[in-house]
Order: sequence, then structure tokens, then C-alpha cells
Amino acid sequence: MGFLEAVWDILTTDSTYVNTALFAGLLAFAASGEWVAERAGTINISVEGMLLSGAFTAAVGYDITNSAIVALITGVLGGLIIAFVQAEMSHRLAADQFVVGLTLNILVFGLTGFLDRAIEPRTEIVTVWNIPLLSDIPLIGEALFGQPWPFYLLYLLLPFSWWLVFRTRWGLEVRASGENPGAADVSGIDVNRRRRDSIYYAGFTSGLGGAFLIIVQIGRFDPGIVSGRGFIAIAAVIFGGWTLRGTVGGCLVFAGALSFRLAIQGVGYEINSQFLQSLPFLVTVLGMAIFAHRVRPPAALATPFVRGLK
Amino acid sequence: MTEAAAAPTDQQTKGGRLTEWLMLYAGSVAAALFLTAVLVETTGGEWRPVMSALLDGSLRRPGRWGETLGTMAPLLLVALGTVISSKAGLINIGQEGQLAIGAAFAAYFGLLIGGPGPINVVIVLIFGVVGGAFWAGIAGILRFRRSVPEVLSTLLMVTIASQAVAYALGKPWLLLASEANRGNRNQVSEQLGADNRIPRPDIFGNEFPISVYMALILAVAVAFALKSTTWGFRLRMLGQNPTAARRVGVSQGRYGMAALMVSGGFAGLAGAAMLAGGGFAFGNYQIVPGFSGNVGWTGLLVALVASNRAVAAIPAAFVFASLRTGSGFVASTGVESKITDVMQGLLVLALLIPPAVMFIRDRRRARAATMART
Repeated sequence: MGFLEAVWDILTTDSTYVNTALFAGLLAFAASGEWVAERAGTINISVEGMLLSGAFTAAVGYDITNSAIVALITGVLGGLIIAFVQAEMSHRLAADQFVVGLTLNILVFGLTGFLDRAIEPRTEIVTVWNIPLLSDIPLIGEALFGQPWPFYLLYLLLPFSWWLVFRTRWGLEVRASGENPGAADVSGIDVNRRRRDSIYYAGFTSGLGGAFLIIVQIGRFDPGIVSGRGFIAIAAVIFGGWTLRGTVGGCLVFAGALSFRLAIQGVGYEINSQFLQSLPFLVTVLGMAIFAHRVRPPAALATPFVRGLK
Repeated sequence: MTEAAAAPTDQQTKGGRLTEWLMLYAGSVAAALFLTAVLVETTGGEWRPVMSALLDGSLRRPGRWGETLGTMAPLLLVALGTVISSKAGLINIGQEGQLAIGAAFAAYFGLLIGGPGPINVVIVLIFGVVGGAFWAGIAGILRFRRSVPEVLSTLLMVTIASQAVAYALGKPWLLLASEANRGNRNQVSEQLGADNRIPRPDIFGNEFPISVYMALILAVAVAFALKSTTWGFRLRMLGQNPTAARRVGVSQGRYGMAALMVSGGFAGLAGAAMLAGGGFAFGNYQIVPGFSGNVGWTGLLVALVASNRAVAAIPAAFVFASLRTGSGFVASTGVESKITDVMQGLLVLALLIPPAVMFIRDRRRARAATMART
């Protein structure tokens, strides 16, 4: 079978789109919060750890109650715990945000691995809700409207994130903190407080993302379950030029690469497996190489703010 | 006026400050250990045997402290590289990948070139440096030509590196050993020849590769280079005030690139030293899947804990090496050995707190002092 033929097969199969939507869904949960955090001027690399922690607590919550709603709530709690450490250490105390984030990622990996052995939560994928008519659209219908119901939270979360950042006073203050913290401070905005808020928001969405991973996408906890998706979500924000639209676009592109990896093996076309494994990461790096210099980041991105310095 | 007036108050608070620092460190480390103990107890284990197993595995049992020193060397080398890039204000967190590529380069060229013993050991090490620097250099080019944040590119390239090494391990024309030498394993490189290995002299029943001395000397050299050379001064200037650095003609592209490549080179050197140094921890002088074994990540943590001071990285590397060598003994107590990963993470977080708290407190005091004066 030729390569183009294989690609055509993939492009005309429903499951490709379903997988892309699932991967993109996870990335979009994480990226929508990360986008808010970056607009506030903080690169929150612990989003990886937030996803993993959210996934674990969601799995435990589901194990205990057998309820998807509880799983979502405990997932959010798991994300918020990590957000608490990240926010308080890097924007109340003045520890380096990357150092804290990286340490948290490693800590969460060890901790969930340890607790997973001790607890071994049992989980399963929740039921699919087919939305009438819409889910019958060929190719993309099932992907967008025939998913387990937590998927549809995205249709609320994404507009909500946009509204929060562009239509509320809080959002204005967040953006001011990311663009010009000095000016924001002088006009009475507590810059570090807004940054902490935005990290909590990232913890909230990533916690949902972690729960999504457990009860929608995979169905079983494993410490390797996130394996760099959080980093890809951060890359999606950069790829999208710090706009929400672009971020969602980035999620779709990178999710396409992730699902291509699954699909190409499915249609029986042989590509080197190591190449396929690294494909999403290659696409992400290349995507950033092409687009990163065309866009303008928030002016104070990754610059800590201490009142009275500089 | 200020000097004369400020001097006595500084004198007065000096002892107080030291106690404050010590209290903060003691408190946060104790909290980290306490949390670990709580975690062990709540999951049905006992913390005393775990701690005792950690000490047995890292120091007390015969031959173990040599093993710990041998583990310390690559951690320290990775940390030194991290110190250099951090001083230049760059955040290289892809050491795990740079180390893997360095080790792969070292194995490939070391076996390709051959040559008489000691010279070939040097060749192996040099190509380790080249490999690591090359991998970090890609991130450097992306950073300075395409403005891709190096935080992300170095990170994402870790996965790409490990897949690339796995690919090379599957191909006879790259790293895969000849059929006679690979036994029943299908992803393993040729062993380094006996005269291409770093010597491991025996000292009081403990043996460790002499690359440990190399790492220690390099730690002092890095500290000196950063503190007392023009190059080091420029790097630090770049890190502390990029605008000022540009005004006096320190090119961000050139020095930043150099810092990233040196940093990657150190990670690559660590990989080559693991390959040629052997020992229980790092296998049999050959590359296998997962060869880098989190040494890159842990080395990065070492640098963080040492708050980017080269000499302080030595004891930090020793502590983390002890956790590593000790973790193998923890399994015998019936507690999952991953507890050492948790302990490591908590310790790092604990060690980050005191400097941050002191920074805030100092600023508050300074503000109060200026308020009082006006």
C-alpha cells in the first residue's frame, strides 16, 4: 500500500476524527487554563503535573463513588492542589516559576506512581451521549457530537475562558499583569494576586483535563498516562500566538499528529515506530519554529514581579 | 553616611540571620521528611526500616559509598551544565535528552575510531560532549533564530532524543551490536573494549571510576570560570540584565548559544562518563534502552537545590546519589521504592522555600527601614 493511499484511508475513517477530538479535548482543557495563566505573565510548566494529579484524584474519586461528576470534582481538586503549591511558591514567595513547576512535575509523577500501587483505583469510561442529528454528520459528526458527555464541557469552558479574559474586570487586570506589571501595580492591581488567580484557573481546567483523561479517553490510571501532553498544551498556547482561537488551532494540529500515530498503524502501513512515537513532539517543535517568531508574547511573560524592583 | 550607620545593625543581625536561615532550612527539611514518613505510614509501611534501608544502600553496606560516588559523578556533571546555562538566564531542562545523545555519540564514535586505550577514553568523552552540545545547540538555534522558548524546545527534544537513540539501537549500522555480541537482546550496543573504560581503582573496598575526580575538578573549574573570567562575567551579565549586556556589546545570540551548548556538553559528558565508567548503576559499558535512567532530570534538580552554585552542587549531588543508590534497598522493606522519588521531590520543594522566604522578609525589613528613616 502506498503512503498516500494510507493517508487517504486515514482521512476518510471516522475513528481518526474521534481520536483527534479526544486528544484535542485533553489538550484544550489544559491549554485553555494555561492560556489564561500566560496572559497573566506566568509560564506554568506544572500543567503536566496538574493533569497527572487531576487524573489520579479523579480515578480515586470514581473508584470510591462510581460517579463521573464526583470524578470531575475530585479531578479539579487534584489540579488545584498543584496550582496551590505553584501559585503560592512562585507568586507569593518569590521562588523561580520554572524550578517550582519542574519539581512539581517530578514530585507528582513519583507520588501518583507510589499511591497508585497502594490504592489501585478502578475506573471506566462513562457513557456516550449522541446528540441527535448533529452526530450523524459524516466524518466529524461523531467526533464532535458523539462523545462521552464530559467532552461537551469544553463547549462551555472555551467560551467561558474567553469571556473571563476579555469581558470581565478580572480579565482586564490579568492581561494588564501580563503586559505591564509595573503600570498595573501603580493603578492598584495586585499583580501577583492576579497571577495566582490565573494559575488556580489553570489548575481548575487541567484538573478537569485529568478527569477527562480518566473517564473519557483512557479509562484506567497509570503514571505514564500524561507523558508530555501538558508540555504540548503549553506549546499549543505559543503556537497559537497567545490567542484562544490560535491555541485551539494548535491543540487540533498537535492532536492530529497524535492520532495519526495511532491511525497509520491501524491501516497496516509500516512506518518506523520510533519516528511515530516522536512525531507529535517533532510537529510541536517544528510548529513553534515556524510560528513562534511571528507572534508577540505578553510583554512580561515569565518575568517575575516584585514591587519596587526595576 | 549609610555605611557607617548601617554597619553596626548588620553586625547585630548577622548571628540572628544565620539562625534564621538555619531554622528555616531545618524546619522545611523536617517537614519534607515528616510528610514522607506520614505517606509511608498511611500506606501501611513503617518509616524507620525505610530510612535505615536508605542508609544501608547508600553508605553503610560494604562497597556502597563507592557506588554512591560513582552515581554522584554524572549527576554533578549535569548539574554543572545547568548552572552555566542558568547563570546566562537560559532555562535548559532537556538534560535527559542531551545526556542520551551524548552517550550515543560516545558509543558510536568510541567504537568506530578505536585506538590505544587511554586516548580512546578521551575520544569517548569528547564525543559525549559533542553529542550533548549538538543536541542543545539545536534548541539554541531555535531560540536565537526562531525565538522558540528554550524551556519548551529542550523539554520536547527529550522524547525525540530517547526515540532517536532507540532507533539507533535497532540498526546494525548505527549502534546495534553484532549478533554474536548481543545475546538474546535485540536492542543493545557493542560493549566498550576493556582498555577503553575509565579505570575503577579500589579504595578501602569501595571502587568507583576516576571520572568522579574529573567531575569534582570541573565543579571547581566552573565556579572559577563563572566568578573570575571575562567569559563568566559576561554570561552572568547576560543573565542578570540582558539590556545592559546588549548595550556593552555582549551578543545574546553568541553568549547564549555558547552557554546552552556548554550546558548540553556537560550533560553529554555525563552520558559518556556513565557509559565508560560502568558500575552497578549504569550497566555494562554499553547502551541499552532507557540508558539515561532519569540521571538528567535528577542532575537538573541537583542544580536547582544548589541554587545554581557550582561548588554547592557537590554535596547536593551526593545526597541525591545516595537516594538513588539507597532506593534499591528500600524494596526489601516492602515499601514501594518510588517513595524515594517522592522524598526527592519534597526535599527539593523544601529547599526552595527558605531562600524565597528570606527574600521576602529582607524586602519587608528594607521597606520598614526606609519608612522609618523618612
